[in-house]
Amino acid sequence: MKYVDEFRDPDMARSLLREIERLVAKIDVCRHRPLALMEVCGGHTHAIFKFGIETMLPDAIELVHGPGCPVCVLPMGRVDDCIALAETPGVIFTTFGDAMRVPGSKKSLMQAKAEGADVRMVYSPLDALALARQNPEKEIVFFGLGFETTMPSTALTILQAEREAIGNFSLFCNHITIIPTIKAILDSPEMQLDGFLGPGHVSMVIGTRPYRFICEHYRRPMAIAGFEPLDVLQSVWMVLKQIAEGRCEIENQYNRVVPEGGNRAALSAVARVFELREFFEWRGLGSIDHSGVRARAAYARYDAERKFSVPAVRIADPKSCQCGEVLKGVIKPWECKVFGSACTPEKPLGALMVSSEGACAAYYQFGDIDKVHERTDAA
Amino acid sequence: MKVAAPRQATNGHARRRGRVSVPTITLAHGGGGKAMRDLIDDVFVSVFDNPALAPLDDQARFALSDLTAMGDRLAFTTDSYVVDPLFFPGGDIGKLAVNGTVNDLAVGGARPLYLSCGAIIEEGLSVETLRTIARSMAEAAAACGVAIVTGDTKVVPRGACDRLFINTSGIGVIRKGIQLSADSARPGDVVLVNGVLGDHGAAILNARGDMALSSPVESDCAALHGLIDDVLAAAPSLRFIRDATRGGLATVLNEIALAAGVGIEIQETRTPIREEVKGFCEILGLDPLYLANEGKMVCVAPEEQARAALDAMRANGLGREAAIIGRVTEQRPGRVVMQTAFGGRRIVDMLVGEQLPRIC
Repeated sequence: MKYVDEFRDPDMARSLLREIERLVAKIDVCRHRPLALMEVCGGHTHAIFKFGIETMLPDAIELVHGPGCPVCVLPMGRVDDCIALAETPGVIFTTFGDAMRVPGSKKSLMQAKAEGADVRMVYSPLDALALARQNPEKEIVFFGLGFETTMPSTALTILQAEREAIGNFSLFCNHITIIPTIKAILDSPEMQLDGFLGPGHVSMVIGTRPYRFICEHYRRPMAIAGFEPLDVLQSVWMVLKQIAEGRCEIENQYNRVVPEGGNRAALSAVARVFELREFFEWRGLGSIDHSGVRARAAYARYDAERKFSVPAVRIADPKSCQCGEVLKGVIKPWECKVFGSACTPEKPLGALMVSSEGACAAYYQFGDIDKVHERTDAA
Repeated sequence: MKVAAPRQATNGHARRRGRVSVPTITLAHGGGGKAMRDLIDDVFVSVFDNPALAPLDDQARFALSDLTAMGDRLAFTTDSYVVDPLFFPGGDIGKLAVNGTVNDLAVGGARPLYLSCGAIIEEGLSVETLRTIARSMAEAAAACGVAIVTGDTKVVPRGACDRLFINTSGIGVIRKGIQLSADSARPGDVVLVNGVLGDHGAAILNARGDMALSSPVESDCAALHGLIDDVLAAAPSLRFIRDATRGGLATVLNEIALAAGVGIEIQETRTPIREEVKGFCEILGLDPLYLANEGKMVCVAPEEQARAALDAMRANGLGREAAIIGRVTEQRPGRVVMQTAFGGRRIVDMLVGEQLPRIC
């Protein structure tokens, strides 16, 4: 594949790995414990497992798979709200496909659909708006989900609905923001991270400046990374180089896509439509201040939470679930008590087993649980 | 290959065939009366034409002596076809319903002989559509040398099914001495496929049109019994064959690993996948290892016969791009591991949930 294979060149990977080995040898801390680097974004987690990147890195580097999978961090109570909306008579509930299997306290959207709710998969919020045009007698609710990456398309869809005066379209808003979440992880007393691979797609929207506090206040280096395997390796190399040279900066590996100032048009649409919520509940991490958004009062008529009544019951994560510790890098997925037994991709108990971008599901499906053992084999 | 005509059960004097004169199927065509008789005569019997079917008894009858002359075990299988859309690049539901069931027989080492055809039709389907599909079934059956010897038609109200569902069951005979089973795979054995993977899945998804991607990929829908004959002749100790339909290559490999309690290791660089299909999967976030095929099989061969099996595949039109993709190993029993082209390793697990509904 042209323009893809160039970023997957195994020879280039080998030379990057040699450079990484060389840097690791220089970094003192590696001699006592592995360096922990967190990839914040679920897209990176997926790429790391799909290409087997973790099995290529030296043992002195440990990748910690962060909270950047919006499907995974959605709390159960919000899924229950989705189902309540989907089961409201006259409603067509539209969602991205990967949210279909996420378990609520009683059922998933997929089960609700099987029981008769009109749940439809869409690829874009504009598809949902088209359904609203085609079905004026129905109420179309769009399940808005994701970080700053998907927020602009939802905002633009609401602006479009307003322009066309479409009254039967609304948004069940579960958009979340990445910065407060990274901050919450950095503030956690158990935190043991040495550096970050920054989220490429989010940064394409917000730019590189909002991350400055990470290096200025918390003294941790970051490289904003692309999603091809060479992007990931190069970003690991960039972070290591910073550590080896005693620097602490926000570097941009993904500069073919991410501009320093972000995407101004996208940001202004987001600012026009959305405002920060006081707090938002995350599965595995609990409540984080200012980490979610909702439609501003001027767009209240497009807000499904104001238009319909949703149960809004808070449901605690199962006690046995250790997703929070995995997210902060305190334990590895397979060290969780229920990993692979009570919690599997077919019957996920915790957030991280839900989507293939979740760290636990990725380990379960793709990962070398016996990584060390495997290396011995290869030798 | 010709199949012996099944014995005729009745004295078989000629009966005048009915005809359908309306353009659309209605509930009357499933009512058991004249309209149904006309539909069956006109659309199905006329094209499936064979002596076992013509008398329209409730069953087809075969002489046991004909069957025992061909082998020592019967193979019997069934499969239902609900593919959406009914017509897609490279085939249609009719061709799929014949080839799919023929393949299910052939991968067990059976010579496919007789098929049934059960059609569940939604009222409102055009007679012409049904006629085209029946003709396609007849052509596919003739090409495979199998006869469609019994059938059933039901018409259901609008909404009770989606246009047309077809079930085919099949009977074949397994030659003496052939013993294929998943649990016979042994460490050191070699894993082969007969060509590029994922074409059917990509073609169907593309034909649905909701992706608005233009791609020339066609379904690989094909009957594999001839290819299997060639491979078995060249590599008689072959351990196992399975057609990689729903769930794709990944699912078959996992089934083998679990059944035989062995590990399987494949190489991404040796696994043949079309560039277009790779690109398609890249855009949609799909994994081609899980995409459905309708003319691809996975074989496990003992190492000493792997070359012969590969050469036999490549000499057949349906195996020109055949490849050895990996090995059966002792390590990690029950697991499938892939060496990625990038240089890493990853587990290839069973598919959870569904990647795409109504693919066959």
